[in-house]
Amino acid sequence: MLKVRIIPTLLYRDFELAKGIRFDSWRRIGGVVQAVRVYNMRMVDELIFLDITATLQKRDPNFQIVDDLADECFMPLTVGGGVRTIQDVQRLLQVGADKVAMNTAGIEFPELIKLVANKFGSQCAVVSIDVKKSPNGKYSVYTHSGTQSTDLDPIFVAKRAEEYGAGEILLCSIDRDGTMEGYDIELIQQVAQAISIPIIASGGAGNYEHMAQAVIEGGASAVAAGSIFQFTQQTPREAKLFLKEKGIPVRL
Amino acid sequence: MSKVAIINYGMGNLDSVARAIQECGGNIEITSSADNVKSATHIILPGVGSFRKGMENLKSLQLMDVLKEQIIVKKIPFLGICLGMQLLATKGQEGGETEGLGLLEGEVKMLECVSEERLPHMGWNEVDYEKESSLFFSIPSHRDFYFCHSYHFVPADDSHVIARTSYCQNFVSAVQKRNLFGVQFHPEKSQAMGFQILKNFLAFSHA
Repeated sequence: MLKVRIIPTLLYRDFELAKGIRFDSWRRIGGVVQAVRVYNMRMVDELIFLDITATLQKRDPNFQIVDDLADECFMPLTVGGGVRTIQDVQRLLQVGADKVAMNTAGIEFPELIKLVANKFGSQCAVVSIDVKKSPNGKYSVYTHSGTQSTDLDPIFVAKRAEEYGAGEILLCSIDRDGTMEGYDIELIQQVAQAISIPIIASGGAGNYEHMAQAVIEGGASAVAAGSIFQFTQQTPREAKLFLKEKGIPVRL
Repeated sequence: MSKVAIINYGMGNLDSVARAIQECGGNIEITSSADNVKSATHIILPGVGSFRKGMENLKSLQLMDVLKEQIIVKKIPFLGICLGMQLLATKGQEGGETEGLGLLEGEVKMLECVSEERLPHMGWNEVDYEKESSLFFSIPSHRDFYFCHSYHFVPADDSHVIARTSYCQNFVSAVQKRNLFGVQFHPEKSQAMGFQILKNFLAFSHA
């Protein structure tokens, strides 16, 4: 049976890893390669590495750092941040990324998804969608590390991504990010029901129960988490033991 | 002394495969040259992407004949990973019907989902043995490996199937014909179990 994946998210910001709250209030959490080695040793299912200031600073992805960390990463690796062209994708795959996450470019220039899927296959085309809920309860998609509103509906963006050949959606709630108050289950449900490619839920995990909710109620195929693994004693392995108790298939 | 030729035909994750083989003690050569393929003790065809593009690239690099010669006549151990396994087939449907290497009779088709299943088949899933194989030495059946694909290889002859995985109607996840091995999962991304597969492949020599 296909297992539900638990995926630590590493956010890279100004030469080191960091974690914030609602895409703000950043705390430094140390070196990249060291973190990858630790997760490798702990047999983590997969890793997501996002260079969150690349697009804002209008610079290319940091290919060197991806090369360094991929050399130590014997598990699947998704890389995102600053991906604008098919050449960026090609170079990231060459230096060892297994999948490339497109956020701003995948939304402003969705044709890129098609190009990537046709050239390198859907399995490496991840579209990352950051979502905020307005006071009137309407969801809308944000780009540029959550700084620019698009007024686009996440369901529309996810469906278009699927149609253009994306193999996976990384769905993040900006409102829940770093709060450890739980995933936005309603958001995950809405998107999961609208598309048939896998969804990685992101933003808000504070305990293992939140992860179970994202899977059972939300319909996520995988759960990503940052703060819980960086600022608490909770671990991916314990999370899996908890999910297993709930009848969710995991790899132990 | 082993020399593992990892075929570079512009189809993805060479670096990951090369690093994993190094960790398993193999000497690697990432190559697109027929001469290097000829002098290798082991050949790996990695790859992610579409069947049609993969075949186009192999053809334009003029590697088809040397691969067939080394595998069939010289009986050099060969491992196809993911797309590299699929390309062994007679034909594939991805990107329009395309002729494959034809080293293992069969066809590559899109997976067919049942009920709640989603495509691509992405993540860790069990590899259930159908047959004994030296590729699985010291690895128990039903262990999890990492998969990432939407197409699968349907061999014409079931006797080449060494493992299946229960998703989309129990697709074929590993094949073997003498010195020819293919795995749909990614051993290079499957941590300890994956490394054991690669070590077993490196230890295989056709006596």
